[in-house]
Amino acid sequence: MTRYIGNTNEDREQMLREIGYENISSLFKSVPDSVLLRKKLDIPEALSEMELVKSIKSTSKENKNTDEYVCFLGAGAYDHYTPSPIDQLILRQEFYTSYTPYQPEISQGTLQAIFEYQTMISELTGLPVSNASMYDGASALAEAALMSCETTKRKEVLIASTVHPESRQVLYTYAKYRNITVKELAYENGQVSLDDLKSKINKDTAAVIVQNPNFFGIIEDVELISEIAHENKSLLTVSADPISLSILKSPGEMGADIAVGEGQSLGNPLNFGGPYLGFMAVTEKLMRKMPGRVVGQTTDKDGRRGFVLTLQTREQHIRRERATSNICTNQALNALQATMYLTFMGKEGLREVAEQCLNKSHYTYNELIKTGKFRPLFTAPFFKEFVVISEEPVSLLNEKLLKNNIIGGYKIEKDYPHLKNGYLIAVTEKRTREEIDTFVRKAGE
Amino acid sequence: MQLIFEISKKGRKAYSLPKCDVPEAPVDSLIDSKFLRKESPDLPEVSELDAVRHFTRMSQRNHGVNSGFYPLGSCTMKYNPKVNEAVARFDGFTKIHPYQEEETVQGALKLMYELDGMLSEITGMDQFTLQPAAGAQGELVGLMIIKDYHLNRKDEKRTKIIVPDSAHGTNPASAALAGFDVVEVKSNEKGLVDMESLKSLMGDDIAGFMLTNPNTLGLFDENILQISEMVHEAGGLMYYDGANANAILGISRPGDMGFDIVHLNLHKTFSTPHGGGGPGAGPVGVKKHLSEFLPVPVVSKMGDKYYLDYDRPLSIGKVKSAYGNFGVLVRAYAYILSMGPEGLREVAENAVLNANYIQNKLKDKYFLPIDTECMHECVFSGIWQKEKNGVTTLDIAKRLLDFGFHPPTIYFPLIVEEAMMIEPTECETKETLDEFISVMRQIAEEAENNPELVKSAPHTTVISRLDEATAARKPILRYTK
Repeated sequence: MTRYIGNTNEDREQMLREIGYENISSLFKSVPDSVLLRKKLDIPEALSEMELVKSIKSTSKENKNTDEYVCFLGAGAYDHYTPSPIDQLILRQEFYTSYTPYQPEISQGTLQAIFEYQTMISELTGLPVSNASMYDGASALAEAALMSCETTKRKEVLIASTVHPESRQVLYTYAKYRNITVKELAYENGQVSLDDLKSKINKDTAAVIVQNPNFFGIIEDVELISEIAHENKSLLTVSADPISLSILKSPGEMGADIAVGEGQSLGNPLNFGGPYLGFMAVTEKLMRKMPGRVVGQTTDKDGRRGFVLTLQTREQHIRRERATSNICTNQALNALQATMYLTFMGKEGLREVAEQCLNKSHYTYNELIKTGKFRPLFTAPFFKEFVVISEEPVSLLNEKLLKNNIIGGYKIEKDYPHLKNGYLIAVTEKRTREEIDTFVRKAGE
Repeated sequence: MQLIFEISKKGRKAYSLPKCDVPEAPVDSLIDSKFLRKESPDLPEVSELDAVRHFTRMSQRNHGVNSGFYPLGSCTMKYNPKVNEAVARFDGFTKIHPYQEEETVQGALKLMYELDGMLSEITGMDQFTLQPAAGAQGELVGLMIIKDYHLNRKDEKRTKIIVPDSAHGTNPASAALAGFDVVEVKSNEKGLVDMESLKSLMGDDIAGFMLTNPNTLGLFDENILQISEMVHEAGGLMYYDGANANAILGISRPGDMGFDIVHLNLHKTFSTPHGGGGPGAGPVGVKKHLSEFLPVPVVSKMGDKYYLDYDRPLSIGKVKSAYGNFGVLVRAYAYILSMGPEGLREVAENAVLNANYIQNKLKDKYFLPIDTECMHECVFSGIWQKEKNGVTTLDIAKRLLDFGFHPPTIYFPLIVEEAMMIEPTECETKETLDEFISVMRQIAEEAENNPELVKSAPHTTVISRLDEATAARKPILRYTK
C-alpha cells in the first residue's frame, strides 16, 4: 500500500470480514463487467519521494524564472515583492487543508479572514459590498457583465478596447452563450474614446466596462465615462489594479456600480498564470445580485461575535438553475494571501509600493526615450506600465534582452496589430535603478 | 477574537522596502490630481509580530485535514501530501510569468502536456484542457462544448440539458449559465436514474445529459451503458461530473462508459489542497470528436518542443486568463507520479472499502435509505432521530464537533430527507474509522437518552451556534469603525 493510504492488507481483510464480504471486488459488483477496466493504467510507475523531487526539480529548471532573470513583463501579472511571513502563514494547515467554511463553529479562522478580506477590498474599491473572491480578474469581469444584464434586463455590453485582451476574450465566451452582444469602444491617445462611447450607448446597453489603469497602463477618465453610462441607466464596471488603488481615486468614488480586478499583485506569486484571484465589489443595491460567496457578521447564542456564510439564497447549492452564478469553489487561499499582503504592507506600505512603481516606471520611460531607439506613443498619464514603439521588432529585442538575463516587455502587436513594434513595459517596486539602467542600455543598443 | 482593524495603530508597520533609488517626483506632478484619491484606503497598521500572531490565532480557529477526520461527502477531503507543497514552490514554477516566450517555459508546458496525457489515460478520454479554475467552471466549459458541437452540426433545436434530481447544484446552475434549459430526471427507488422517465425525456431537443457516476448517493449507476446509448441515440452528448471520480480510479473509466466529456476536480480526486474554499482546478477531457472545441490555448508538441496552440477556429474561446491554475496542476501531477497505476487503484479500493465499512457499522443506528453496497461515500438519513427524539441532522453534525470530527455533508443530496453524506477517503486508518463509528453510535444513543445534549451542541468549540437568520436579514459584510 502507498504511503497515502491508511489501511494495511490485514486491516483490509479484517474489515471485509466484519462487514461480510469476501474480497474488494465484491464491493464493486454494481459496476457492470462491460465497463470494468481490464488493464493496468498506462501511466508511469510510482516514484518514491526522492525520485519525485528530483524529477520535478529538473522539469522546473527547464523554465527561466524571475529570480535569475530581471522581469519587465507585466500585462496583468506582476513581479511584486511579497513579505516573507506570508508563505509561512499560508502553510498553516488549518488554512490550506480545510474547505469551504460550511461549519462555522470550527471555521472561524477562514470566515474571519474572508470578512477582513471583504473589508479591505471594500476600502480599496470604495464600494460597500465585496464577495469572497472569483477565479481571476477576467472571469470576475465577465460575471460583472452578466450581473449587469440580469439587473438592467438589457442585453448589450460596451467594453473598452483598452481592457486586457484576455478579459475581453473571456467576456466574449461568457456572453455568447447568454445571447449578450458585446461591442468594443475605440480609444484615443490610449484612453476610451468618449465620442465612440456616446455614439454606441443606447437603451439596450446594460453595462459599460473599462479598466483603470488600462491595458496600456494609462489612467482613464472614469468620471466622465460614469456620467455618460449613468445618464443612460447603464451600469458601470471598473476593472482596477489593486496596487494602484492606494493612490488613485477608487472606482466607487468615481461612480462605478461594480469594481472587479485581478488580485495577483497582492502577494500572490506569478505561478505561470494561476492560481490568482478575482475580486468583486458592488453597491448596496446590487448586493443580492452578486455572484459568489459572502461572509457576514453575526452573534452566537451567547452573544459572542462570529462570522458565517450568508446571503446563500443567491447561490447554486440552494437556487440551482436560478442561481446568480454557478461558482462554488473560488480562490479562498489566494484571497487569504491577498489579505495577508494588505495587512503586512498596510496603509503606508501599499502607498509606498504604488509610489515606487510610479516613479520607477516614469524613470524607465524617460530613459528609454532618451536612447532614441524608442518613441512615445501616448501622452496620457500612466501608473506602473507604459507603451512605447520600438525601432526594432519586439521579438528580436526580447531575444537580445534574454541573452542578458532580462525578461523584456510584452509584444502588444499580438493584440493590437496596428501598433507595430508596440512594447508594453511594467516596472514594479522590485526593480532597482541598476537593473533599469542595464535594461535601458541593452534595449537601446 | 479581535479583527485586524481593531488592533491597528497609526505608525506601526510590518514591512520594509528599499529606498526609492530613482529620482522621485510628487505624485500629482505625474498624475493629474483629479485622478488621485484624497485619503489612503484605511488598511491595517500593525507590527510584523502582531500580524503573524493575528493570522496564527485565526488559523487556530479552523479545522483542517491535518487536525482530524474530515468526512465531508462529495468533497473528497483526502490528505494533502506535503511534498507536493514543496515541489509546487520551486522557483521554476512560482516565479515564471504567463507571457514569457515559450522557449523559456518548456518545463511548465511539458508538465501540462504530460498531465493532459495522464488524465486522458485515467479517464479514457482523448484530450484535456487544464484551463478551468474549478469544477463548476469545468462544467461550464463542457456545456459550452456541447452547445457548439450541436450548432456546428447545424442542429439548432437542442436547448435542453438533463440533470438528475440527485445532482450537485452546480450542474443546473452551469447549464443555465451556458444558456440551456434544465430538465430534471427522477431517481428510482434504488437511487439510480429512472430509465422510464429518462426515456420519456428523449427527443431532438436534448443537447446532453450530465451525470455523476457514482452519483451523490454514492451509488454506481449499473445502467450506465444503456443510458449512454439512449442519450446518444437521441443525438445528445454524455457529460461526466467527476466530483466522485475517486471511487473509480483504475477500476472503470468514464470514456469506457460512453461519456463524451469529463471534468475532474483536482482538489478532490488528485489531493490538491482545498485551501479553505479554493483554489481548485477543473480540467475537462473530451473524446476526439470534440477536441476542436476545447478552450484556447491547448498545449501541443512539435518535435521535442512544446507550444501553446491558439490556432483552433472551432474553440469555444477562453474562460480564464492564461492557462489554468498552474500551481494546482503541479501538485496533481506530483500526486499521480507518487501513486502510479497500482497506487491509484488502491485509492479507489480503499476509499470504497472505508465507506462500506462505515455504512455497515452504522446502519442499525441511522436510517440507510438505500441498503446496498456503496462506492466512496454513504448517505444516511437522520429521520429516525428526528421523528423519535426531535434531534435533527444539524444537531448530530454539531455534536460531532465536540469530538473533534468535521461533520459529513448535511442536507444533501436533496432527495434524502435529513441527509448525512459521509466520505471517509482512502487515507484514513481503520482505527480512525472505528473511532468515528463509535462516536456516531454514541450520538445516536444520546439522541435517545439525552436529546438536549445533542440539540444544544456544540459545547467545546470557540463559538456556539450562530444566528444565521439575522446575518442574512441585516447583512454586516465589512468592518466599520
